[in-house]
Amino acid sequence: MTIASPAAVAAKPTRSWSETIAFAVMVGFFLIAPLFIYPLFLMKALCFALFACAFNLLIGYVGLLSFGHALYFGWASYVCAYTAKAWGLTPELAILLGAATAAVLGLVAGSIAIRRQGIYFAMITLALAQMMFFFAVQAPFTGGEDGIQAVPRGYLFGVIDLVNPMNMYFTVLAIFLGCFLLIYRIIHSPFGEVLKAIRENETRAISLGYKTDRYKLVAFVLSATFAGVAGATKAIVFQLASLTDVDWPMSGEVVLMTLVGGLGTVFGPVIGAFIVISMQNYLAQIGQWVLVVQGTVFVICVMLFRRGIIGEIAHALRIKL
Amino acid sequence: MRSKRPGEGLTIESTDDPHPLARNRVRATSPFQGEVTSPIGKTRMFEIFGIPSQALFGQLLIGLINGSFYALLSLGLAVIFGMLNIINFTHGAQYMMGAFVAYFLLQWAGINYWAALVIAPILVGFTGIIVERLFLQWLYKLDHLYGLLLTFGLALVIEGVFRNYFGSSGLPYRIPDALQGGQNLGFMFLPNYRAWVVVFSLAVCLATWFVIERTRLGAYLRAATENPTLVRAFGINVPRMITLTYGFGVALAALAGVMAAPIYNVSPQMGSHLIIVVFAVVVIGGMGSIMGAIVTGFGLGLIEGLTKVFFPEASNTVIFIIMAIVLIIRPAGLFGRRV
Repeated sequence: MTIASPAAVAAKPTRSWSETIAFAVMVGFFLIAPLFIYPLFLMKALCFALFACAFNLLIGYVGLLSFGHALYFGWASYVCAYTAKAWGLTPELAILLGAATAAVLGLVAGSIAIRRQGIYFAMITLALAQMMFFFAVQAPFTGGEDGIQAVPRGYLFGVIDLVNPMNMYFTVLAIFLGCFLLIYRIIHSPFGEVLKAIRENETRAISLGYKTDRYKLVAFVLSATFAGVAGATKAIVFQLASLTDVDWPMSGEVVLMTLVGGLGTVFGPVIGAFIVISMQNYLAQIGQWVLVVQGTVFVICVMLFRRGIIGEIAHALRIKL
Repeated sequence: MRSKRPGEGLTIESTDDPHPLARNRVRATSPFQGEVTSPIGKTRMFEIFGIPSQALFGQLLIGLINGSFYALLSLGLAVIFGMLNIINFTHGAQYMMGAFVAYFLLQWAGINYWAALVIAPILVGFTGIIVERLFLQWLYKLDHLYGLLLTFGLALVIEGVFRNYFGSSGLPYRIPDALQGGQNLGFMFLPNYRAWVVVFSLAVCLATWFVIERTRLGAYLRAATENPTLVRAFGINVPRMITLTYGFGVALAALAGVMAAPIYNVSPQMGSHLIIVVFAVVVIGGMGSIMGAIVTGFGLGLIEGLTKVFFPEASNTVIFIIMAIVLIIRPAGLFGRRV
């Protein structure tokens, strides 16, 4: 990052074998998974895994709980769906535009929200997201309750036909892995070290000369952008952008995914997203009880294992994950 | 007269549902709701800024009603936050529970509104005490965020259970006989029940303010907020005080729910959208001051009502926009201390 660090942070690069092995296992799993798991389910889970990773960048490494991440996810999916359908953009351009929208929204919302800390930050992000939800309900181009339907998947780079499920799957996988590695890189960069310093003790980071507000804002915009990539990709996969993706329960879901997997772990959000999405899939027939199950999982996580699944494993084995 | 969307602002009953999705939902028009029988013919019509006085004052009244609920709920949130350092996300669900308990009491036990006004807050407040003993007391030493996440999870559970048994459509609650009908004030028609809600919630708010700011019990509370360890050293049972404070805050939410029951339909999701607006109210007012919460609540309700008259498209978002402006100008909130 271009932000000048006043004191040399040069933390020694802690490359751990456990993370490399876990990454290899993850990539291997995703390469063979479509052979025995329904690709559409995998793609949905991958989109949400990326969403959760983006969210985790903020809560896990800066300690900021954003309760309004559906804003970036949902609006990016609207912009992506609209540009792909109405302007006939190729999917990669539509996704990039969606992500850019999310970045701009993140910049605006972030610069308002970082004025307060802790609980207020969560409430402000939630309120701003709700405001943009109402805009989405009223704006003409979002299609209100209907959303934007029948979005063409189109041809990636004008060549690769994404209607083919395998092409679509590996495109989503490439986007996911690219963003995952980028997030990993950000977390382990000198910039990421400053973020962790802010998480641990913001006052101290300020006294060391860091402009913490600027770091927080950059982290917020990055997180919003990655959330936008996830939302935009989901719009292409499902050929649909709807109000569900901008509404506040979506913000709650991404918190749940990250919490279940493990806040501040690299792989936790991915596992958490897969668990929550499978839970929704298999529990779909029990209707409203899904809400109860999700709420119960929240309560259990907060009361009994705050480290999350991956966090508990990493703690038990004393490795980094 | 300015051209308006059909039905907007012309009758007092038109836009009083705080739920954003209300216009997409099939409105249950129960016979119990007709507390205003076309008052327009009876009162004098005149115009203010091109708006018929009926519409203007009608919306202002609705604004005051919404403001009463904002004030009661944000007051509860502020009281709980002061003692527990937790933002109670379950507040909306507890408000909904208050309305449902009133409904159950009337339907199943024949207990009327006036008794429900006392019984429902006590019952729901008691569930709050159980929640505090079971869950919240273990979280005080941790990051604030865990309290928020836990109460969010509880809100999901409660809303899910109620939705499962009562669906998404609203259940009607009859206005008590003593408050049926209304007063013709000449420039507008004032339904008795609505006047009662505004006056009673203002009284409850002021009473709460008085207890906290002017009595010995309130002094203990404020002292325990500042320095719990020291207050314990003086022999005051702070953990019990914390538990009761949470119960009281929850009871306030339930009281608001009982009062809301005859105005809005009793429905499982009545709290979840309201609570987000109340969060914005709390951010605007800042949680440092009890009076601040009351003033902000009523004030924002009025502003929202005015927006419905002059610029209806923004009526859902105006509070959030004000929140953003306040944060830019005065980050600590109107009445808040810098946190």
